Amino acid sequence: MPKVKVPRKSTSVDMTAMTDVAFLLLTFFMLATQFKPDEPVQVNAPSSVAEVPLPDVDIMTITIANDGRVFFAMEGQQYKEQLINKMGELKQIKFTPEEVKSFSLMSSFGVPLSQLKQLLALKVDERGQFKQNGIPADSLNNELADWVWQSRLVNNNVRVAIKGDQETNYPVVKQVISTLQEKKVNRFNFITNLTTESAE
Amino acid sequence: MAEIEGGGGGHKKGGKPKGKKMSTRVDFTPMVDLGFLLITFFMLTTSMNKPKTMEINMPVKDEQITEKDKTKVKASQAITVLLTENNKIVYYFINETTGEPETPVITDFSKGGIRATLLGKNRELFEKGGYKNFDSIPIYKEMYRMNKIDEATMRANISAIKNNKDGLIVVIKADDKAKYKNLVDILDEMLICNIGRYAIVDITDIERELIKTAMATINK
Repeated sequence: MPKVKVPRKSTSVDMTAMTDVAFLLLTFFMLATQFKPDEPVQVNAPSSVAEVPLPDVDIMTITIANDGRVFFAMEGQQYKEQLINKMGELKQIKFTPEEVKSFSLMSSFGVPLSQLKQLLALKVDERGQFKQNGIPADSLNNELADWVWQSRLVNNNVRVAIKGDQETNYPVVKQVISTLQEKKVNRFNFITNLTTESAE
Repeated sequence: MAEIEGGGGGHKKGGKPKGKKMSTRVDFTPMVDLGFLLITFFMLTTSMNKPKTMEINMPVKDEQITEKDKTKVKASQAITVLLTENNKIVYYFINETTGEPETPVITDFSKGGIRATLLGKNRELFEKGGYKNFDSIPIYKEMYRMNKIDEATMRANISAIKNNKDGLIVVIKADDKAKYKNLVDILDEMLICNIGRYAIVDITDIERELIKTAMATINK
């Protein structure tokens, strides 16, 4: 059989195009990503057909865990600094600048004010082990009301979002709602997941 | 692959010592590897869907409000929905002539449950009031989708229908055994059934009894 000469071709491929695409995608995902702040408690929000997106700024989130513990979070570092100073004035607790800084970087928390210093003294990765018993919201000692009120003094555009677990008992939710009502917050949002169920 | 070539070129015999000809091609493979690694990481960490919210307006809590300031609601328009354990709903109407609650009915959150009741009753009330636009919410939405009307017009029309005076008024009460999910579900039904007028109210002892007796019949 006659030999057919196959011309030797280089195996190297021009990768420029692929690299371009890869980095384009990388840039997109980097810009689109927003990291979730680590929450002290996992909450499974109920689903609804509501389609209003949650705003990113001017919002405070009250998280209610399924065992009835209440957590509080506020957006905006500068607001949080003012907030903790105001709370300190109100309850006559002096917070050091380090504690203020630490508080302004913390996301959601659920401890009574008396334990807040202990929580702030811990390093960020140690906080997961700290047993957070929730912010007192009952009629005897309603610290949640103070947090809500002081937050509104700090930022008067702030809106309240309630993120409750599906299995939370209604009395806890009712307690939070009536706390808000006492503090003249009559408009608030429930955070939900979107369902695919059609609105027919 | 693209790589640096020209290693081991050496000088040619006798010629002038020339500078080595280096290829300008660089091996991109590690960079691409890193690029895709990062893409994978960001793709997995990104959560694209933002959380959605449901807006609630509660009445102002004020002790100064006297009995005569309160809005009176026609008995025929109102339905009281009681939420209780095991995702059950007990609802009742008020009899117009006697002013007494009618026999409570037990239902649930399924499609043929509370939704059918609310939709049916709402439609009935609209028709009684001579208001024929009840079914036009989907039509307005469709017109908006086809760009025949702008968003503001659509919203204005829909809210006009929702807040029509003839429509159903829902009073939502939940007992201590209800879950938060039930509350969100019933508010969701308000959205689905286009009911613009509803209120979340504290439950009374009479209604707790009502739930108890109603649930007793079902357990028998």
